[in-house]
Amino acid sequence: MVQKHARLFAVLESMDNGKPIRETRDLDIPLVARHFYHHAGWAQLLPTEFPGYGPVGVVGQIIPWNFPLLMLAWKVAPALAAGNTVVLKPAEFTPLSALLFAELAAQAGLPAGVLNIVTGDGATGAALVSHPGVDKIAFTGSTEVGKIIRKATAGSGKKLSLELGGKSPFIVYEDADLDAVVEGVVDAIWFNQGQVCCAGSRLLVQEGIHDRLIEKLRARMETLRVGPPLDKGIDMGAIVAPEQLERIRALCAQGEVEGATRYQATSAVPSTGCFFPPTLFTNVSPASTIAQVEIFGPVMVAMTFRTPEESVALANNTVYGLAASLWTENINLALDIAPKLKAGVVWVNATNLFDAAAGFGGYRESGFGREGGKEGMWEYLLPEGATRASEATVRRAREEKRATARAPETPREPVLSPIEQVDRTAKLFIGGKQARPDSGYSRAILDLKGRIVGEAGEGNRKDLRNAVEAAHAAAKGWATSTGHLRAQILYYIGENLSARADEFAARLRTMTGASGREATREVEQSIECCFAYAAWADKWDGAVHQVPFRGVAIAMQEPIGVVGVVAPSEPPLLGFVSMIAPLIATGNTVVAIPSEAHPLAATDLYTVFESSDLPGGVVNIVTGASEVLGQVLAEHDDVEAFWFMGTEAGRRTMELASAGNMKRTFCRITPRDGSVPDDMRALLREATQVKNIWVPYGA
Amino acid sequence: MSEHTLPRNAGQPLDLERVRAIRVNRSAAERRAATIPTRRTVKKEWQAAWLLKAITLMDLTTLSGDDTAGNVTRLCAKARRPVRVEILAALGAESLGITVGAVCVYHRWVETAVRALEGSGIPVAAVSTGFPAGLSPFETRLAEIHASVAAGAREIDIVITRAHVLTGDWTALYDEVCAFREACGDAHLKAILATGELATLTNVARASWVAMQAGADFIKTSTGKEGVNATLPVSLVMARQIREYAEATGCQVGYKPAGGIRAAKPALDYLLLMKEELGVRWLQPDLFRFGASGLLTDIERQLEHHVTGRYAAAHRQPMP
Repeated sequence: MVQKHARLFAVLESMDNGKPIRETRDLDIPLVARHFYHHAGWAQLLPTEFPGYGPVGVVGQIIPWNFPLLMLAWKVAPALAAGNTVVLKPAEFTPLSALLFAELAAQAGLPAGVLNIVTGDGATGAALVSHPGVDKIAFTGSTEVGKIIRKATAGSGKKLSLELGGKSPFIVYEDADLDAVVEGVVDAIWFNQGQVCCAGSRLLVQEGIHDRLIEKLRARMETLRVGPPLDKGIDMGAIVAPEQLERIRALCAQGEVEGATRYQATSAVPSTGCFFPPTLFTNVSPASTIAQVEIFGPVMVAMTFRTPEESVALANNTVYGLAASLWTENINLALDIAPKLKAGVVWVNATNLFDAAAGFGGYRESGFGREGGKEGMWEYLLPEGATRASEATVRRAREEKRATARAPETPREPVLSPIEQVDRTAKLFIGGKQARPDSGYSRAILDLKGRIVGEAGEGNRKDLRNAVEAAHAAAKGWATSTGHLRAQILYYIGENLSARADEFAARLRTMTGASGREATREVEQSIECCFAYAAWADKWDGAVHQVPFRGVAIAMQEPIGVVGVVAPSEPPLLGFVSMIAPLIATGNTVVAIPSEAHPLAATDLYTVFESSDLPGGVVNIVTGASEVLGQVLAEHDDVEAFWFMGTEAGRRTMELASAGNMKRTFCRITPRDGSVPDDMRALLREATQVKNIWVPYGA
Repeated sequence: MSEHTLPRNAGQPLDLERVRAIRVNRSAAERRAATIPTRRTVKKEWQAAWLLKAITLMDLTTLSGDDTAGNVTRLCAKARRPVRVEILAALGAESLGITVGAVCVYHRWVETAVRALEGSGIPVAAVSTGFPAGLSPFETRLAEIHASVAAGAREIDIVITRAHVLTGDWTALYDEVCAFREACGDAHLKAILATGELATLTNVARASWVAMQAGADFIKTSTGKEGVNATLPVSLVMARQIREYAEATGCQVGYKPAGGIRAAKPALDYLLLMKEELGVRWLQPDLFRFGASGLLTDIERQLEHHVTGRYAAAHRQPMP
């Protein structure tokens, strides 16, 4: 249907948005068709490729105005392929192609109610986000609105995928083909008037070639044509709306005030209408406003670097992490730099390449979740039997009613009991060392009868600050260590735990009152868990995607970085081990808060870690009040992901707190049967993020 | 209009370091080449004007083993009157004196062509130096140039020794082209690189640079006899080297794509490429030529269609 009406869509989209007809005709619409073809394939393969998984349910989708129909396709195709039903809100500036699409979908026989388009502004979007009948929200748009959505859905159990803003680096090394680079810049920032979330908008140039490249760019800018969007012979059309034009103008003025040099071509720009000429700023530094904020217009800012290392530092010097483009004829350099860039997509000697078979999505405040490829399909799937958010809402309402009838429990007074062995007060475990808590307090750990069975450090914010720093210090080495080494260490941890199995089982019995059989079983399962993730450590492979061009698109599984973990209260040992094992197996470092009630199972692990060659700082443990400490971690701007298992109220608190830096979260309510998740692949997916590296080649 | 007015490229000492530093990213070049025809297009009267322009930029060519005085003379007659008078009248272009840029033949037919074109101002170009493979004895190749110049050729299309490029022997290539240039005297030298046999775009760019430093007035893609002849990516790469050379030396060197350009639309793509990458100055016959034989007929058909509104037939255009 899309192909049959390709030209109608192309014209409609151009008129509605102001983008050049050449782009809608040659890029937007063919990619839309490609997305539906590709995902029709996933629908076919669903039972065999995603066994045990089913649709999430009702999906609410909110899309932006920069690629109206393409963004619809990116959202609707995987959602329908996975069997979901959809409520989609197109952008208020550009609803027309979505409405045409809905008409054609109905003609094509899509059953009524499967795809629903609701036009409107932000208020409509907010209503969709907070609707109790929605099981998942998928949003593409600004980071600002992304944060609002993150907060609005906190604690709701709704699945969430966000594709947000960017200030993507465009890095040019001294051996690059400079004429190729010039056209790359055209495709990066003067494509779609620069209104592209992944636009390469920070030009980072090796110092020695800066002047020559700027000279070439300025010459090229003279031949760019800005004009009416329906004219086939233009390079840039209109800015979407007067308010966006005003924002671009204001930011450019700000850039000049701050000392940057503006260059705009002398060629004519239409005197009426929403037009803005291609613009290049030089004399820009990272401290400039225009080097930090997303302009979302045809404005490039140029800076220089001296060494490959500095190029990475500058590239990553941003709150965003959507895409990056790097230019060099040296494959050693390219493949060294690509993994170091904090971005979900890296293009080598190219930019703005997209395909349905390769995932697209960000790191950091550019959001989480992927669109396209197998990695994108997971966003629209739930394990069979899992509770949908909308069902949980209904159940919660029922339970709240019941709970008010129940009498509150009275807390027990601690009873002092004679300690059986030499007093061991557990400290905290930070940077591979046992550290006393900053507070100088310890908390008594009680058994079921209220007897004190030991003491653990009372961790606070400062301990967490130190732990996060230690985790960062260890992060680079651990992330780049081999899977083989991480496997060996995890096996070693399992072996050492096994050697002390009786002691750990006894501890569990004392703390939780578990039977001997139950305690032994928990220790055995914990050992097995170490072994299982040890096995995975060198097998969690990426993929090479089949994209339709001469080159490779490598989907790498990368660790997220420093991950905050709040382990469930029970089971105290297995709950803890089952959360940290997948994280460290995949190269993350961890700051973990163990069971608040029974932390000694985790503190006993200090010596296990110490004797297992686990590098200091890979696992850091801070004992204390789980949800208080958890919130500090969830708020921490230098923690890159956050895992939580606890109460429903706790989940909401944590998800709300995470909105500060839009860290990826994995928050679950502890199941009543005390089981821990055993779908290892699902945990490994949560522990990693996919980076797609596009490498076109040709002798 | 075919008079050469620019100062000739005097050449430069060979800069080996610069040659070796040239790198072309093939995928990027192909992407750019692919969007030149989609970013720019000319329609209606502008299209007709561009097509007339294309005729003036044409080296009308016959390079066949079975060429005779008869068909060469016929070709020259067509070179003088490339478009039917009534079509020119309908376009209001009678007074423009439109002729092709040159006639291109083997040495054997230079004198024939010169005689047939007498008084027209249209120069004769001779393919030379062991065309198309370029593997005759060096002295023979020089002698060929001398003979063609003596016979009245004002342009000499030489072929290079591809082995020099494939083995990276840039000095040998430079010396060879320098010697040919010297042999040409006042005749202009067009250096055929045979890009279809140079393996990589980087080789094409380096060979272009060396030929220009050796004093080539034009660089040209192909003999028309290789498996792959002119393409847009190759043209992009050569045009960019011409630009680099002009920026470095102030000398403007011409460009000639040849082989396989048979239809009007793709021909305009080459002109768009020149305008985008090098500017309008490179749309004059002293800096741009098509090497083509069948192209003219298709252009005539398009012009007739423009005039009558009816699709045109080849047999209604006078044969070259």
